[in-house]
Amino acid sequence: MTTVTSQPVRLVGRSWKTPIACGLFTVLATVLFIGQGRPGETTFQLSRDADLVQLPPLVAPVGATTLGLTVVLLLLTAHAVWLAVTRRRPQIWSSLAFAVAFLVAFLTWAAAGQTLPVLGLLVGTVGISVPLVFGALGGVISERVGVINVAIEGQLLGGAFVSAVVASLTGNLYAGLLGAVVAGVFVSLVLAVFSIRYWVDQVIVGVVLIVFVTGLTSFLSSTVLTKDAAALNSPPRFPAIDVPVLSQIPIIGPTFFRQTVIVYAAYVAVVVVYMCLFHTKWGLRVRAAGEHPQAADTVGIKVNAMRLWAVSIAGAVVGIGGAYFTLGAVGSFQQNMTAGMGYIALAAVIFGRWHPIRATLAALLFGFATNLQYVLGAIGSPVPSEFMLMLPYLVTIVAVAGLAGQVRKPAASGLPYARR
Amino acid sequence: MSNEAPLRTGDDRVRAIVREIMSGTAVISVLAVVLALAIGGVLIAATDDHVRAAAPHLFTDPGGLLAAAWDAVAGAYGALFQGAVFNPNRDGLVLQLKPITETLTFATPLIAAGLGVALAFRVGLFNIGGQGQMLVAAACAGWVGFTLHLPFGVHLALALLAGLAGGALWGGLVGLLKARTGAHEVIVTIMLNYVAFYLLSYLLRTPLLQAPGSSNPKSPPIADTAALPPLLGPQFNLTLGLVLVVAATIFTWWLLDRSALGFRFKAVGINPDAARVAGIDVKRVYVATMLIAGALVGLAGVTQVLGPARAGFTSGIDAGIGFDAITVALLGRSRPWGVLAAGTLFGAFKAGGYLMQAAEAVPIDIVLVVQSLIVLFIAAPPLVRGVFRLPDPSVGTARQDPASPVPEKVSAL
Amino acid sequence: MKLELRGITKRFGALVANDHIDLTVEPGEIHCLLGENGAGKSTLMNVLYGLYEADEGEIVLDGVPQHLAGPGDAMNAGIGMVHQHFMLIPVFTVAENVMLGHEETGFGGRLDLASARRRVRELSDRFGFDLDPDALVEDLPVGVQQRVEIVKALARDARVLVFDEPTAVLTPQETDELMAIMRDLRANGTAIVFITHKLREVREVADRITVVRLGKVVGEASPTASNAELAALMVGRAVELTVRKAAPRLTDDALVVEGLTVLDPRGQVTVDDVSFRVRGGEVLAIAGVQGNGQTELVEALLGLQHRVTGRVVLDGSSLRGLDVRRILDAGVGFVPEDRTQDGLVGEFSIAENLMLDRSVGAPFVRAGTVRRDHLRAFAVEKSREFDVRSQGIDTPVGRLSGGNQQKVVLARELSRDLRLFVAAQPTRGIDVGSIEFVHQRIVATRDGGIPVIVVSTELDEVTALADRVAVMYRGRIVGIVPADTPREVLGLMMAGEVPPALRAASSPSDPEGAIA
Repeated sequence: MTTVTSQPVRLVGRSWKTPIACGLFTVLATVLFIGQGRPGETTFQLSRDADLVQLPPLVAPVGATTLGLTVVLLLLTAHAVWLAVTRRRPQIWSSLAFAVAFLVAFLTWAAAGQTLPVLGLLVGTVGISVPLVFGALGGVISERVGVINVAIEGQLLGGAFVSAVVASLTGNLYAGLLGAVVAGVFVSLVLAVFSIRYWVDQVIVGVVLIVFVTGLTSFLSSTVLTKDAAALNSPPRFPAIDVPVLSQIPIIGPTFFRQTVIVYAAYVAVVVVYMCLFHTKWGLRVRAAGEHPQAADTVGIKVNAMRLWAVSIAGAVVGIGGAYFTLGAVGSFQQNMTAGMGYIALAAVIFGRWHPIRATLAALLFGFATNLQYVLGAIGSPVPSEFMLMLPYLVTIVAVAGLAGQVRKPAASGLPYARR
Repeated sequence: MSNEAPLRTGDDRVRAIVREIMSGTAVISVLAVVLALAIGGVLIAATDDHVRAAAPHLFTDPGGLLAAAWDAVAGAYGALFQGAVFNPNRDGLVLQLKPITETLTFATPLIAAGLGVALAFRVGLFNIGGQGQMLVAAACAGWVGFTLHLPFGVHLALALLAGLAGGALWGGLVGLLKARTGAHEVIVTIMLNYVAFYLLSYLLRTPLLQAPGSSNPKSPPIADTAALPPLLGPQFNLTLGLVLVVAATIFTWWLLDRSALGFRFKAVGINPDAARVAGIDVKRVYVATMLIAGALVGLAGVTQVLGPARAGFTSGIDAGIGFDAITVALLGRSRPWGVLAAGTLFGAFKAGGYLMQAAEAVPIDIVLVVQSLIVLFIAAPPLVRGVFRLPDPSVGTARQDPASPVPEKVSAL
Repeated sequence: MKLELRGITKRFGALVANDHIDLTVEPGEIHCLLGENGAGKSTLMNVLYGLYEADEGEIVLDGVPQHLAGPGDAMNAGIGMVHQHFMLIPVFTVAENVMLGHEETGFGGRLDLASARRRVRELSDRFGFDLDPDALVEDLPVGVQQRVEIVKALARDARVLVFDEPTAVLTPQETDELMAIMRDLRANGTAIVFITHKLREVREVADRITVVRLGKVVGEASPTASNAELAALMVGRAVELTVRKAAPRLTDDALVVEGLTVLDPRGQVTVDDVSFRVRGGEVLAIAGVQGNGQTELVEALLGLQHRVTGRVVLDGSSLRGLDVRRILDAGVGFVPEDRTQDGLVGEFSIAENLMLDRSVGAPFVRAGTVRRDHLRAFAVEKSREFDVRSQGIDTPVGRLSGGNQQKVVLARELSRDLRLFVAAQPTRGIDVGSIEFVHQRIVATRDGGIPVIVVSTELDEVTALADRVAVMYRGRIVGIVPADTPREVLGLMMAGEVPPALRAASSPSDPEGAIA
């Protein structure tokens, strides 16, 4: 035989994930908004009385709005099907449009006959998201260097506990913040030592560390803190600081620029982590250690030292997030107060594909879903609160199931490194 | 590979045997427990009021401080022992021995759930979904238990089966998602825990599971025909559940060490690529594993709902057992009989922990600390050997501890 | 720079990997280190590169003894290495890979990528490499990746350059180009250590040859020595490089493959419209440079690839679309190319590995339970028959040598009733004694009337075993030629060129036209 003359068809596979997902949500929309249609109008409140620039509230008739948006969803689904049939990639703008349309329709429907405080929803979202953002950033750094950090929950809880005690004792918020950093680094060091020095599986160490920190903080809180709560567990709280000018921008101002120092620290952290990981020598080496530790070793990078450092820094970042619970939100330490936020942060790391900015956006998304549940609960929602609470977890499962295979984690994440 | 010199004197041989025993996993396990209890003791002493009162006199009266510390630790661990094994302060041998039955009662679900986690470990899967699997199993078994009216035996069997099916379903879902989409089971199991929790919380507010006429999110009591009968008479809490769990241990042992299915499970756990090339359907193994693992964890939920919690359950019925099961499986090195032993030990900690909390005001959370320390130490034999200055058996041989609790493939998100 | 290794000794437990090795490399010299797999060449180079610490001996550069605690020290001392498995980070660009470890930074610690790009271009131009500094390494062909490795070493002013088995992944033509690059470097005064087990390359490029066997230097040879002399030195006895086999006794077509096309998960075509037939009693060897679709072709035959079109018919019944289990049940025996990854479960015993692909039903399983006694008896018998050397059938296979591991795989596969035997890289990384054994068993299988497919990147093995040779290039079969086709022709075919003789002798309508 010679060179084969007939050119075979270059098949590129069809991906049905997007159309199926769109289809499911469209069905859900139809069932909820049309099947369970609700009468009246929904008022979207966009400003508070104190705001300099007052936006008039938006009033939307529920029936027409939801019907219109459901049609939009249907069209976008049809578009996704068409793309799949013609073997083309789904487009980001249509997914985004789909999400926004569904969300607006849902809010309109859920708040029918009520006034929805959009500002409160957004401001609360940023607050709830802060520990998630710090947790996700820590998770990203850690996994980029090759150590899976399941212990985010433990680092948050440790940070919350130590910051409360230190801030109470010293009366100084920044000392409390420093305490949170130390606590996060401590948990990280245990993770690093056991996984790097003793080759214990990283997921195991992470899970066990969560149990350890939970047990330890609960034990100390019920033995030591309760005996002298006034001295040990009544830290000051960070006050909200208005950023001049920026805080006066409608919607954006109150949402992002009338927050506490910890929240502003989160903004800075996102940028710094991104810049460090992708535009510095340190970041290049961190990623090399997480992608191909052997190659990094052969160019003279001390992989395990690199990992130890990066995981410690990751712990410091998560620890600050822990301080938010006590010094930013509640004003005292309570047992198990992180309530699974660390797990959601872990989900944000994966949903954000190990990228600091995408992980931050994922954290904001999950924070929004959590806060939405509170807001809808307050105005009397037709959806049981349990289902709203379930949402971040369901979204994560769908995302993990849908994205698996398309995204690539750092290649050596989870694998210990030793020569030979 | 053996690197021994061909000739050895008698003394050398004895030393070698002693060395082998001393560095073996059994000794490491015992020492890990000792070390963890010691650290727990330090924590108890450090937080004790009398010790803290004596602390300022460290230099003037060091004996007083030591005595106070000893009192605190001895009191706490004494209460732990009395609550877990034997209580000489009670009247009559039966009551004196009651603590050990309490230990077994607490151990029952820990062993069952531990088996579920261990089985998954052996196949290279990380089942952190014990909570969710227990909750769903409990809801299914409970629903059958208080809704249906059937004769004793049939009713119990049906409730049991419903629970196992519920757990298997929740676990199998994880296997299915992993097999179909490649979704990582660590994430999926964690997320499904919360989904199950909120689902059950919701259902406990609906007529399906809520006790009629009650406003609490709590189920009605289980019918007597569905309850697990007491094993040693009505004065003990121990139920038939223990027998079921021992049977589950035997089953898991047969499955892993004797059956062809278990052979395939282990092959996938150690080297999924080779298993696939050898014609083993890796995806089906994942699904099958998680079905069985879910059912085993489900058994833990069943023994609770039809046993100690038969007066009605809430969405907190899992009581952290799903997470404790991970430490049980690790301490038991993912081997069925090891899990049985580890579950019994942690059952003792729980039973004793409650007495310790009541009698000595030492919060039961200390048990979590000790438990997690045990697992950390066991996972790092070189650390324990270093602390106790034991010989290192791996010098000159393999780098990794051969009895690592989890196959290497378990890792990576 | 002159490199001297004096009395280097490296032990792993009781195993002495390097035993007082001496080696001197002068500037402007290509010094070949020749030895079998496992002779200790790579260990020696890892010592030189600071990855291992030698138990005894010293490394001397230009008369100055060095203490190399890590690769960083080695590089600072002027030693560079082109690794057998490229030490490149796939998701980084060429420039990022080259700068990694000695990054230049600009304002505020920002990476200075511009200077790294300049350096890559400069070196690439000097040697005519044509590298794009911004290309992602994973998108580059292997030959180009190797050049990135070379640039990486040169960018740090390496004066001693070690090439560790550099030709394993190259076509004969790329190999020639590499040889030219080595000569250029030599002309620039670089001292080059060239590690290989391929005699031909040694004789072509070496100035001096040092042969190592079982961790020791066993002699020096001049490039004019014959293949047989070098081989004898390398192996320690006279080696028969050919396999004795009688003329094939052919039966009818047993395996018919037509228009087989395989897509990888990303939708790339890895096997492109491949057709061939294998008759009972013959060995069809599939030759080609690593990564030209051989792996995927074999996996497709075994049902291990998911996106497959075309026809695969064995003894009249179709195999395509069946799962692995059914294909094995249809009588296909398989030796995977990476036995530790795909062929064996390392922590399982020899006995357990012997039942790995028969864990359902007879003969090893009854009523869902493993028949342990039966399995043990079987394992004892097969260990003897296949000369598996171990401390017993309960030994985990992970502790066996490569050759013994391969014998376990062969024992398992050849103990079934076979109708087709597929062996991929059957002798990769095993000792010469085991190679002979494996070759004999393959020929015996063929003589038993079973169709055999052998995939090999080693031309010597291909010509020794094959009755016919199919050469693959970029997923296609370039041609199917008789086993006595000259090596030069096979080499050209491995680079994708169809020999004129072949072109004339066949037409598209007659896919079997080239069979002698």
